[in-house]
Amino acid sequence: MAKYKTKGLDCWNRAKELRARYYEDYKEAPNRGALRWEGGAWSFDAIPQALEGEVHGLTEEPYGASIGADPALQVRYQEAAEGKWGCARDLCAYLRNYWGSIVLNEFAFGGEWPKADFIFQNHICCTHAKWLQVADEIEGGNIPYFCFDVGAGAYDKIGERQINYVVEQLYDGIDFLEKVTKRKIVDEKLIQNVKNTYDSACYWAKACELNQAIPAPLDEKTMFSLYVLGTLEKSHKDIAHFYKDELYPEVKDRVANKIAAVADEQCRVLGDSQPPWGFLRVFRYLEKYGIVSVASLYTFSLIGWWKIDKAGKLVPYPTLEEQGITIKDRDHALRLLAEGELKGKLMWAPFYGAKYKNDIVTKIAKQWKCDASIIHLNRGCEGTAQHQMEMKIAVQNLGLPVMTFEGNMADEREFDEGRTKRFIDLFVTETLGLKKVAD
Amino acid sequence: MISAGIDVGGKNVHIVITKNGTILARVGGPTGINKAEAAEQLYAEALKQAGLKREDVTQVVATGSSGPRVTFANGVIPDAAADARGVIKLIPSARTIIDVGAEEGRAIKISPEGKVLDFAINERCAAGTGTFVDTMSRALEVPVEEMAKLSLKSTRSIPMNAQCAVFGESEVVSLIHQKTPKPDIARAVHDAIAGRISSVARIVGLEKDVVMIGGVAKNLGFVESLKRDLGMEVKVPDDPDFVGALGAATAAAAGVLEEKVEAKVVEKEKIEEGKA
Repeated sequence: MAKYKTKGLDCWNRAKELRARYYEDYKEAPNRGALRWEGGAWSFDAIPQALEGEVHGLTEEPYGASIGADPALQVRYQEAAEGKWGCARDLCAYLRNYWGSIVLNEFAFGGEWPKADFIFQNHICCTHAKWLQVADEIEGGNIPYFCFDVGAGAYDKIGERQINYVVEQLYDGIDFLEKVTKRKIVDEKLIQNVKNTYDSACYWAKACELNQAIPAPLDEKTMFSLYVLGTLEKSHKDIAHFYKDELYPEVKDRVANKIAAVADEQCRVLGDSQPPWGFLRVFRYLEKYGIVSVASLYTFSLIGWWKIDKAGKLVPYPTLEEQGITIKDRDHALRLLAEGELKGKLMWAPFYGAKYKNDIVTKIAKQWKCDASIIHLNRGCEGTAQHQMEMKIAVQNLGLPVMTFEGNMADEREFDEGRTKRFIDLFVTETLGLKKVAD
Repeated sequence: MISAGIDVGGKNVHIVITKNGTILARVGGPTGINKAEAAEQLYAEALKQAGLKREDVTQVVATGSSGPRVTFANGVIPDAAADARGVIKLIPSARTIIDVGAEEGRAIKISPEGKVLDFAINERCAAGTGTFVDTMSRALEVPVEEMAKLSLKSTRSIPMNAQCAVFGESEVVSLIHQKTPKPDIARAVHDAIAGRISSVARIVGLEKDVVMIGGVAKNLGFVESLKRDLGMEVKVPDDPDFVGALGAATAAAAGVLEEKVEAKVVEKEKIEEGKA
């Protein structure tokens, strides 16, 4: 008999529907007189989405990940990017999927590659700095392009100067958008978009915080399908509503009623980095041993906002309501947006050094009551794979066993499923001393 | 109690049969393409060597990358676990194991009881494995069995810049054309692998005693390179390539059985070969 009650999420289908609609909207945009834009998942979508009329964006990373979830498709797109266009194989796997899609003139969600009207990009890493410049080149070289830099410092270094640095660029971005689209930014839309962004980011973090409960109401494999909405369009009212009014209440209810993600939870692990998207069944394999991946900096903070409180604990970033803030005007909206992203998105922190990542992951390991850690040494993303071996040492110093396995988030040629299962078997049966609880 | 351990690796099968901890037979041979068949044939040889019939053996445990293909095994244990059990039986003071085989190099940190505490693997890279030596020996036109003796004649260290087995081969050819003495090239090859394996070993931390096993441990030239790179003594038991099988036999004797082997693996092989 299973240790805990379990059931699927009631809001699961809604999440699927929102995601499907996002890509359909992008594809159909011109037919509705809507604008299309390309940008990163962290590209402050609140701003272009505040343009007059209908606007739809395509964020690069989730698109690359969607392709990565289909190994046969992904190999074809990557070989197009590498073989037909000529990029190096050690570049970001999402990037190669994206470029390959353009080279082959295919949209992974059906039809031809949907060309954007403009690019609104942030430079979170060196890959992003070139990604859409090259995409534009492959598409013919005439897509208006704007980028802004967010390398302002780690979350504990963000003050007025750092916020000003980003906000001034966002003002330039607004000038760019209005010029190239011949549409205006509507302040009411911008203000609502920023409010929605706060709700999406803070309520996702609140949902993740609930995973400190035993049994965990969510497992990481499920969480991947939930956070992704925030990588598509945090500023969308439906997505904000999903996190605040659908997911979060449901997860609270699961905690109150001890409904587990994994019925035989006997071991909680801390993960790291994107998973190998084409092989998420690895998580189901772990579940045969009653192992549930409950936490990772990546899953929590790719879209979620957090802060370290006075007691040194990791807690969700406060919503605008919790801060007692009503957004007054455009400037206030932009400043709040920049502040939330720069202070709250702890996923930026590893870019500033191992000590930040180690500090955060050790807090996560303790607060989420992890028994071990399994780290995906992700060759596909240098950003999220930074400091993983330092993290291993830091978590081992907490007394937790750690295993690593090599792979690639979106390049199946670099993931050996059989070998990884061998390593899991070794780690789980030998180091953790667990036996299978399910077949 | 009579038990058997069968280690089916990338290139070779090693089998050990023990009775109450004493080795009765030790047989090894190439894996070939049909690993299940190779295991069967070599097991028959091992039984013959020990003067036993199949039914005399109480438990058979398989290990190695193709351990699950041994359909007559009572169970399978992970290869690093087999290494740990085998090493601790032979060298109770061992705390760090370095196992370099044909296709994988790994470092294992163990407890005094022989439990695997941590491990690190040289994944998907021939440059830290026996395959690297094989490839370089061909480039040097020296039998692989002679590489150790050759490298031990070297009196100087030449850096080998290539990290990759493919480029390493090109580099060896260049060194030959530069009239670099073969002993020095052989030593450079061993130093290169030792460098990679040392990096892997440092991930788990080096705690004495450090024990090296696996087929490449028979290459004394490599062992010397490894000792130099680690800056510490490395113990090598007799028949280091049989330690995994010994560990599996030890596990069999202790009654450690993790899972039944799936017969359908062999069936699938037969179907693929047109035999079923």
